Amino acid sequence: MKQGERKYWLDRPGRAGKVFWALCVLCGLLFFADALYEKHPTFAVEAWFGFYAIFGFFFSVGLVLSAKELRRLLMRKEDYYD
Amino acid sequence: MIEAVPPGLILIAGACVVPFLRGPLRAAFMLALPLLGFWQLMQITPGTYVETRFFDYTQVLFQVDRLSLVFGYVFFLAVLISLIYAMHITDTVQQVAGLVYAGAAICAVFAGDLITLFAFWELTAIASVFLIWAVRTERSFKVGMRYLIIQVGSGVLLLSGAVLIVADTGSIAFGHIGIDSLGGKLILASFGIKAAFPLLHNWLQDSYPEATVTGTVFLSAFTTKLAIYALARGYAGTEMLILVGAAMTAFPIFYAVIENDLRRVLAYSLNNQLGFMVVGIGIGTELSLNGTVAHAVAHIIYKALLFMSMGAVLYRTGTMKGSELGGLYKSMPWTTGFCIVGAAAISGFPLFSGFVTKSMILSAAAEEGYWFTWAVLLFASAGVFHHSGIKIPFFAFFAHDSGKRVKEAPANMLLAMALAAALCIYIGVNPAPLYAILPFAVDYTPYTVGHVIASLQLLAFAALAFAVLIRYGFYPLETPSTNLDSDWIYRRLLPKWIAGLARGLRDAGAELDRWREASLRYLLGRVFHYHGPRSVMARTWPVGGAALWVMVLLGGYLVVYYL
Repeated sequence: MKQGERKYWLDRPGRAGKVFWALCVLCGLLFFADALYEKHPTFAVEAWFGFYAIFGFFFSVGLVLSAKELRRLLMRKEDYYD
Repeated sequence: MIEAVPPGLILIAGACVVPFLRGPLRAAFMLALPLLGFWQLMQITPGTYVETRFFDYTQVLFQVDRLSLVFGYVFFLAVLISLIYAMHITDTVQQVAGLVYAGAAICAVFAGDLITLFAFWELTAIASVFLIWAVRTERSFKVGMRYLIIQVGSGVLLLSGAVLIVADTGSIAFGHIGIDSLGGKLILASFGIKAAFPLLHNWLQDSYPEATVTGTVFLSAFTTKLAIYALARGYAGTEMLILVGAAMTAFPIFYAVIENDLRRVLAYSLNNQLGFMVVGIGIGTELSLNGTVAHAVAHIIYKALLFMSMGAVLYRTGTMKGSELGGLYKSMPWTTGFCIVGAAAISGFPLFSGFVTKSMILSAAAEEGYWFTWAVLLFASAGVFHHSGIKIPFFAFFAHDSGKRVKEAPANMLLAMALAAALCIYIGVNPAPLYAILPFAVDYTPYTVGHVIASLQLLAFAALAFAVLIRYGFYPLETPSTNLDSDWIYRRLLPKWIAGLARGLRDAGAELDRWREASLRYLLGRVFHYHGPRSVMARTWPVGGAALWVMVLLGGYLVVYYL
């Protein structure tokens, strides 16, 4: 941050946390939105309450953690091919 | 009159004039070319227009149907956007290469036979490599050579397959091919290389991030989508493609998570998006093929937008490494906004283009009962949001402030991005005009309550997963690194093997020389021993000795005779 630069909303302490908690609230609302409409599932799993939410969360976490492990196998120095 | 000119030739002919024009005149001339081509397509109805004889065969240079028409429209649109984006550059090589490349791709789309397709297939390869070489470094030269070898190799496969098919059927027409014949298999491999099938894919991630800022935008639109078009024409309903496509959607996203070069992240996600289209081709129903074509259209625009926003960052900061970027929203707010629109579109947020197109492919997979494929596509949808939707904007424009303070992107870049962003939103909000030009009649409603809520849940919880992992320190840091991919085979393993083989041959040759020399020495030694000046054979034999030997022989003869 340079001197005299405009202050940004996101730069103030605690703001990143606020964004995080806002996202949590949004997710909570979306999760319970499943109660508000009638489902027409093609596959049985789609009828589960919050199926897409659970699927999205756990597979994303799984994706990142497994990709992180893959680094052990795949990661080399930046100049590997030079 | 307009029927007599294949639309892509307008760009190629125009490219020949470009070097003779200067300044604003050149700029205006170049912008007029795609507009002219687009206007021509608007006048044209499906049919066959330009035919010539090629030995005993009918060569169809210009043929239009509903499938090729959609690709023609979006290709001209991509040319226009890319040209506006590149308006500030004065490098004639890039301008000519870009126009010839795009023109060749459009000519290929309207080719009615395999020979014409082959000619323009190769021209796209040759013209496009100059967009990589235009960086003018040794690194870019090597990348360009690798790219060119693979692309030309794809053309060679196409020609071999075409020759076999002509021998079988007696016709060079480009229609449904299928994988029953050997020729069909070869052509599938050729298309598969350009469509970046798994293990044939790595030319894409190797080369696109190494092209010039504006060159990558050109590259992202044509080569791979030409392959998707060709697959849709030749291999619709080939069930194998469902698995191939599903694999393509899934595996690049693991790489995208750990890749540090943000344009390379986009190349991986480009690969993943192609997977959705390949699945649609494999399923082969009207809904899935419509989905593939619609998704190709939406994809060309949002992918160009994402590459443009990253190109603008590279242009201003000089780096594309996630580990060196961050906090740029402060100095490039417009670019940030456009990038987020592209990110929302590729992720399939409701009201953005990806939502109304990708969902057709997922619905088609579900309708046909491919539950596993459907689950993989759902996973890939969450994954693409993760790296293209969140990671790209987050690490470039937010994350920790890198301290870089740069100027906002040039006005022409912003204009091109604004145009693409507007299209992403327009298609998302009002999909009917896009649906109307698809190859088959569309009976599909993307905006149902269930679909919207399901998508929002999937995306919001994928975002939550990202936020939790970042907040609690589990997210893998952006690190300067190279990740091994299948290019390792031809950049490391094969050169190593070939070097090893050469060494082995050299050693074997030396051994052979030694053995030859030793055996020659031995032979000469023996000859000398028996025939040399002091040898047995050179001795003067006494007459008595000879008489004795004659007696021995005669005695032996007698004994044998009496027996």
